[in-house]
Amino acid sequence: MTAALSVAGAVFRESVRDRIFYNLVLFAVLLVGASIVIGQLTAGQDVKIIKDLGLSATSVFGLFISIFVGINIVSKEVERRSVYPLLAKPIRRSEFIIGKYVGLLLTLLMNILVMTVALYSVLFWLKRGVPENIQGAWDAPAMDPALLKAIGLIYVDLALVTALAVLFSTYSSPMLSAVFTVCLYVVGQFNEDLKRLDQIVGAPAAGIIGKACYYVLPDFAKFDVKLAVVHGVTVSGGYMLWTTAYAAAYIAALLFGACVIFSRRDFK
Amino acid sequence: MTRVAAGAAAALCLSTAVVLHASQGARYPAPVIDRPDLLYVRSGPAMKRAALGYDGFLADVYWIRALQHFGGERTAPPDHVRNYALLYPLLDLTTTLDPNFNIAYRFGSIYLGEPYPGGPGRPDLAVALLRKGIAAQPHKWQYMQDLGFVYYWHLQDYKTAAAWFQKASEVPGAPSWLRPLAAVTLAEGGHRGASRTIFEQLAQSEDAWLRDSAQRRLRQLDTMDVIDGLQARVNAYARAHPGEPVTWQRLVASGALPGVPVDSSGTPFIITSAGRVTIARESGLFPLPGQDPENPS
Repeated sequence: MTAALSVAGAVFRESVRDRIFYNLVLFAVLLVGASIVIGQLTAGQDVKIIKDLGLSATSVFGLFISIFVGINIVSKEVERRSVYPLLAKPIRRSEFIIGKYVGLLLTLLMNILVMTVALYSVLFWLKRGVPENIQGAWDAPAMDPALLKAIGLIYVDLALVTALAVLFSTYSSPMLSAVFTVCLYVVGQFNEDLKRLDQIVGAPAAGIIGKACYYVLPDFAKFDVKLAVVHGVTVSGGYMLWTTAYAAAYIAALLFGACVIFSRRDFK
Repeated sequence: MTRVAAGAAAALCLSTAVVLHASQGARYPAPVIDRPDLLYVRSGPAMKRAALGYDGFLADVYWIRALQHFGGERTAPPDHVRNYALLYPLLDLTTTLDPNFNIAYRFGSIYLGEPYPGGPGRPDLAVALLRKGIAAQPHKWQYMQDLGFVYYWHLQDYKTAAAWFQKASEVPGAPSWLRPLAAVTLAEGGHRGASRTIFEQLAQSEDAWLRDSAQRRLRQLDTMDVIDGLQARVNAYARAHPGEPVTWQRLVASGALPGVPVDSSGTPFIITSAGRVTIARESGLFPLPGQDPENPS
């Protein structure tokens, strides 16, 4: 376990060296810039739009990091041949994979924490001086703690995407890993349609295949509560727990798969 | 080439580009093409799928586009043929992507119904948009109130308007003034007093744009009262001076008026060839309810 944590620390340090956190500057500029001009363009919807923009940007930036760092995380080590001396050390291959994954999760966590602070700061700045009666007409308060639920599920969503990218990275080239991960992410957004495929196509066989895919493929739409939170619709604790448990189970399955594939790889 | 020389060359080239860019506008302006805006995707469900979970953000983009389209057409130069054709599709896309986008329904209901040239003059689309809102959020009494308002003001269907005000009043949490409003609308539909009651309530809204819109309607109602007073003086002058053309100058000269009367937007009233007092097309309050935008006189 210590070995895995050492690998995780190394991945985090490498992220810092690779200037991944520069995206935070872009995020801050986007958010602050939008908050300045948005009031002129949106007929009083600036708080809603900053919430939408902040949550969407958090998700998109995280997605880019998850996919483009995740797909390289193992294959880069193999390409550079730095994996040879590493695996010669007293470290199990599964620890190597778990360490890589946890390291990237740490990077994403740091990224999301800073983005969350930036989003709340901009929302605080926007709500200053707005009369109470006008704030009362908003769907949800500007500094709504429920935003953390959406951000939490964005993080869980990114953790699942990262696990997919790591799995593909253990046996495929970065390009193909990116294609597979993006494809599964897109398909995962349409999972509800797969469930109803028999109604759409009108063929019972397609319905069975669609239903099988619905249950087996990751359902990424589950993690999207951005709209609900922005409009002050309650997202229950039960929903959060159930969805997180689903993701945890899926991530565990993917990481087990990644460990099995990686442990079978011949590096001679 | 040294690093300094390369840097200086880059700076020089960039400065040249900046100077050319800054000076081009005055000498060789880009050709102006006055063409209608384009909307490539009109299907809300298709766009919702393409949004990949970022539907809230895309709804905001379409919302801003709807505002830009409406504002751009409404404030366009007089020689531009105003075309609000994209307003409804943009609002429809916005509300499909984000079915809880309250302001889009309420904005739409007001501005879709606005008579041409101030808006597209399509109260039927305003009704469609609000019905979509009610289907998405059946507990929103505000949409029912707005629907009543569209029937009242734009379609002059007082019975349906009263029914919607009544329906709104029955929603839990609706304000108490909606029930008497329904009764007043049914009893005195079309009367200015009833209209004033509606807009005085709307003018207390927390939403600035709704308040502004209601205040404009109240100013229109005040203007209609002023027109009634002016019409009485014009009629009196016409009776006293049969055969003479009635003009503001003659009325002022006769002492019937202290000066040429102007409406609350500062535009002089006009007297039509038939002797009717009305507001000018240039007025910020044009058109008044029942006034034909194509033929104001």
